[in-house]
Amino acid sequence: MAETVAKEQPTVKLTIKDFQSDQDVRWCPGCGDYSILAQVQRVMPELPHKKENYVVVSGIGCSSRFPYYVETYGIHGIHGRAAAIASGVKIANPELNVWVATGDGDGLSIGGNHMIHMLRRNLNIKVMLFNNEIYGLTKGQYSPTSRLGQITKSTPMGVVDNPFVPVSLALGANATFVARSMDRDPKHLQEMVRRADGHRGSAFLEIYQNCNVFNDGAFSTWTEKDTRDDTIVYLEHGKPLVFGKQKEKGIRLNGFTPQIVNLTDGKFSASDLLVHNEKDSTLAFILANMIHNPELPRAMGVYLAIDGTPYEELVEQQIAKAKARKGEGDLQKLLEGDETWVVR
Amino acid sequence: MAKSTVTLEEVTIRFAGDSGDGMQLAGTQFSNTAAVFGNDLSTFPDYPAEIRAPAGTTYGVSGFQIRFGSLDVLTPGDTCDVLVAMNPAALVTNSKMLRENGTIIVNEDAFTDKNMKMAGLAVNPLTDGSLAHFQVYRVPISKMTANALTDMNLSTKFVDKTKNFFALGLMYWMYNRPLDQSIRFIQEKFGSKDAEVAEANLRVLKAGYNYGDTVEIFTTRYEVKPAKLPPGKYRNIMGNVATALGLVAAAKKSGLQLFLGSYPITPASDILHELSRLKEYGVKTFQAEDEIAAICAAIGASYAGDLAATTTSGPGMALKTEAMGLAIMLELPLVIVDVQRGGPSTGLPTKTEQADLLQAVQGRNGEAPLCVLAATTPADCFFAAYEASRIAIKYMTPVICLTDGYVANGAEPWLIPRAEDLQPIPVAFQKNPTGFMPYSRDEKTLARPWAIPGTPGLEHRIGGLEKQHLTGNISYDPDNHDFMIKMRAAKIERIADDIPLQDIEGDQEGKLLVVGWGGTYGSIKSAVTEARAKGLSVSHIHIKYLNPFPRNLGEILYKFKHVLVPEINNGQLIRLLRDKYLVPAVGFNVIKGLPLRAEDIQEKIESFFGSNRAGGNNG
Repeated sequence: MAETVAKEQPTVKLTIKDFQSDQDVRWCPGCGDYSILAQVQRVMPELPHKKENYVVVSGIGCSSRFPYYVETYGIHGIHGRAAAIASGVKIANPELNVWVATGDGDGLSIGGNHMIHMLRRNLNIKVMLFNNEIYGLTKGQYSPTSRLGQITKSTPMGVVDNPFVPVSLALGANATFVARSMDRDPKHLQEMVRRADGHRGSAFLEIYQNCNVFNDGAFSTWTEKDTRDDTIVYLEHGKPLVFGKQKEKGIRLNGFTPQIVNLTDGKFSASDLLVHNEKDSTLAFILANMIHNPELPRAMGVYLAIDGTPYEELVEQQIAKAKARKGEGDLQKLLEGDETWVVR
Repeated sequence: MAKSTVTLEEVTIRFAGDSGDGMQLAGTQFSNTAAVFGNDLSTFPDYPAEIRAPAGTTYGVSGFQIRFGSLDVLTPGDTCDVLVAMNPAALVTNSKMLRENGTIIVNEDAFTDKNMKMAGLAVNPLTDGSLAHFQVYRVPISKMTANALTDMNLSTKFVDKTKNFFALGLMYWMYNRPLDQSIRFIQEKFGSKDAEVAEANLRVLKAGYNYGDTVEIFTTRYEVKPAKLPPGKYRNIMGNVATALGLVAAAKKSGLQLFLGSYPITPASDILHELSRLKEYGVKTFQAEDEIAAICAAIGASYAGDLAATTTSGPGMALKTEAMGLAIMLELPLVIVDVQRGGPSTGLPTKTEQADLLQAVQGRNGEAPLCVLAATTPADCFFAAYEASRIAIKYMTPVICLTDGYVANGAEPWLIPRAEDLQPIPVAFQKNPTGFMPYSRDEKTLARPWAIPGTPGLEHRIGGLEKQHLTGNISYDPDNHDFMIKMRAAKIERIADDIPLQDIEGDQEGKLLVVGWGGTYGSIKSAVTEARAKGLSVSHIHIKYLNPFPRNLGEILYKFKHVLVPEINNGQLIRLLRDKYLVPAVGFNVIKGLPLRAEDIQEKIESFFGSNRAGGNNG
């Protein structure tokens, strides 16, 4: 059962090579997907799972080619349906370690419905949503995370529909684990993959991913080394929100509104700052909403990680209960039903 | 006064009333009693899509027809002998179903000015002579029901709700039926929860029975002797229940866990309900967020090694189209049950139709063949679902099992099979990693290996992009694509080696062959039997395997001068037959949301013999 998933031990020591398939990787040179693939392949061998128990499921899009490159079981599905396919895999066999690789179009547009329902059910499935704010595979149309005014192939005068904030959407769907990371920060991304894996229930990990062909530099403000100290605040459970090159800035709450304070002018100290709590879903929403104020840094890390019994465990429990109450189903009894008569 | 008893070979009764009048319950109870008594029977629930349309309206009328007899009962009857009408609207909408000189039993208390106005009646049909060609019994059903319950201090609304049992009791008396089965039902259904409700229903049931016995207007009782069915143990079964049992039986016999991904849709939801109760059989039912998720989850479960199924009806079938293509590409076993209803679009949700055949056989993007079966009667749904599962597993392919609203909701006696006699369904998961290739093929079936996650050394990726022969890797190679398309088609074609040859009812050759499929079995068989009794050279075949067709189908078609294809669609099987066998078949197409009338088919058959010309040209 799912409770044992995290405890199973691989019999042989696995390495990154065990997770590299023999297929040529066909993403564009310079694509952020390469980094994501590398980090996942680096982390998978050290996770407490048997290699044959991994199943990576995807839909359609650049990110959805992911399963072909990982030497595990995998399904490259149809557009938007990865979460639904993965749900079936997990319910059928809760012992499998199921991952979904999807993108902002696949996971939030055509597959938005499956995504929110999978999250609310809390199936023990790990979702990596590669957000590049563009449709890459179809060559450059806007996506549901593209920004207002963004010029794309299908919006020559600029995007007029409001984008989703993936983290907010996942929180709104009652996901029990929500995190954000980026392709350009390998260490952090590895850590987030580890955290997602360790969570018992649906884990939603948004990954900022640069599409260097159709939306190059979309996230450079947050991902480039020279700016990111000032534009990113890393969330750590139980720790105050501090950022800046010299750790000289912090976030404090003014009512429900986060604001930046300076820690060097003597007015505020670390004890005045907002302390992150992964168990607090209200706080998670406040942090997710920081995106709407361009002055504020983007929060990276685990927004929320709370307990909840995964769907597939509840399914198993009901079956066990029914068997305990009625005994293992007997086929002949079922065929005969409640009322029979005999013709001689 | 002494009452005489007349013996009949068969009788058709139609219960009709408001959607809230409990007509389906009364009909089902009468059917179960007739079944246990040993009659052969066929039922036809005919109800509106609205749950509780305003009381008294014609569009809120719900009907349940049952034909039972001491002979082979093939259809629920083109017309009925007895109509039980609980209100004016039920009488107005159903009297055309009644045969000449048939019997009407009306709840005369419901013939108020208000109700007659609701039914669009200017004058009372009970008094204006318009029912003169029927035998009309006016029974104060509401009043008698209330009288039976006066001392119980129940609400008027509740009392009114029990009147279906009065009508049922009266019918039991009229047809010499024992009350035991319904008494047991009432006690089991209400007894434990609410003794008062059980008591009230029992009293009303008996009051109806006693009314027939006492009141002098009914002078004759009828008797319908048990049918001479083949010996064995029987139960009464509805099509949707039979479908559910077929899937569970296939799972048990194959040793697989059953996974159902489904989304509620009329008239298929009962399969989901039935399977969701069977958790002790290890059945996992997943009510998905939509039709697409339902089939996609089933595909995921199949990849993980379950016997996976999805159940739906026409509109849901359309939504599943793309995912069916994926299942074809992944070459995974999957059973897709389509309980056909009136279309297109939302169409007629509660009415029957056969118009999804071409959708099932051809309705996908790309060259996407799969196996298609159809159930012929309610009980046959069991074998169709079982056979669909067997083929899906053996050939690693999705299989569509077509039923329809008529067979799904209808019921008939079923000679219960012995579990150990069911055809075995062997499953051999790939275990050996040496030389494993996901798209290598079994020489005989052309099926690829089923290698499930959790098996060490068989890690592999499959997907919707074209597969390279053997390796299953992505391939854009032109020759490979051509090869794989033909390979997938050849695999489905091989299934024809694994299914029975088509059998013929009637002579092996002759003037006219009537070709049907699916739920029209009973109607066509009745019509052909009648025509043969008149000495006409007509035979009947009913095709259960619609893709691929049985190997001998062409041979059979060529042995008859004319081929007639009755269908509840605008000509679908006929297109497949003409396409494959180039036969000049003639269609007979009536698409009213109702089963075909045997009488109409018979008339059509006779038109081939009447003069020198062949029948009309509806195809």
